[in-house]
Amino acid sequence: MNTMGDFWVVNAGAAVPVVAYQLVSLILFFAGIYGFLTRRNIMMMLISVELILNAADINFAVFNRYLYPGQMDGMFFALFTIAIAACETAVAIAIIINVYRNFGNADVDNLKKMKG
Amino acid sequence: MTEQIIFYMLAIAITVFSIMAVTSKLIVRSATYLLFVLLATAGLYMLLDYYFLFAVQVSVYAGGIMVLFIMAIFLTHRPGTEVRTKHGWRIGLSVLLSLAGLLLCGDIILHNAVRLYQFTDAETITMQEMGTAMLGSGKNQYLLSFEMMSVLLLACIVGAILIARKTNGSEKETKETDQ
Repeated sequence: MNTMGDFWVVNAGAAVPVVAYQLVSLILFFAGIYGFLTRRNIMMMLISVELILNAADINFAVFNRYLYPGQMDGMFFALFTIAIAACETAVAIAIIINVYRNFGNADVDNLKKMKG
Repeated sequence: MTEQIIFYMLAIAITVFSIMAVTSKLIVRSATYLLFVLLATAGLYMLLDYYFLFAVQVSVYAGGIMVLFIMAIFLTHRPGTEVRTKHGWRIGLSVLLSLAGLLLCGDIILHNAVRLYQFTDAETITMQEMGTAMLGSGKNQYLLSFEMMSVLLLACIVGAILIARKTNGSEKETKETDQ
């Protein structure tokens, strides 16, 4: 069983420890979670979702680079995630414009009334 | 050493701007902070030697998606007005939940970090390798997902137009009477 001491020795040669990247993406992720829970505006919630997606992308790239530098699976996952994020944003913005056209604002409470 | 300085600058930028993006009351500011976060993330990819990912992040995310965001904000919000947020115990609960998750995951990361290997200097991925991997159908090649992505983009275009299309007069009247 390794301890924290071993980690610093192992990573002494690396320019930036992998934990640093992970902590950055962790903060990004939970900032997104916080925004998603507190906002009532759909556009703001979409911005929070983009933050969460970015945190996931960073993790894909970092794990690929540090654990399997010879392969590029994580990089391709990040690439495809970016493309899917573009699709998702386009559709979500179409929905937001529709909500705005029907109710005059973009609050998430209005989505309840959109069923019928 | 230079690499470390750049990394910590980017890390601070990401942290500060992501928190500002979710706490700002003005939506245009929030979108601008999101743009800074996306650009700093692109910087991280550059630092990891993924130049193609860097280019994609800058052009697709910081370019394309942000233009969509800004256009949609100008279409649906009056600039200068503050957006409503939830208040009272919901804010407290969200803060509590986010902090608890942050501490839990941070603890897990710090305790499992010993299992991660060292960063090794691999050769930079060339454009040729990337093209072969993206358009090949063998092991570790991604032709299927590449083609599925084109179908998804087409479906997304059709769906977005269908949803955002202006409904004609009669449909709108029935909707208004339903309310």
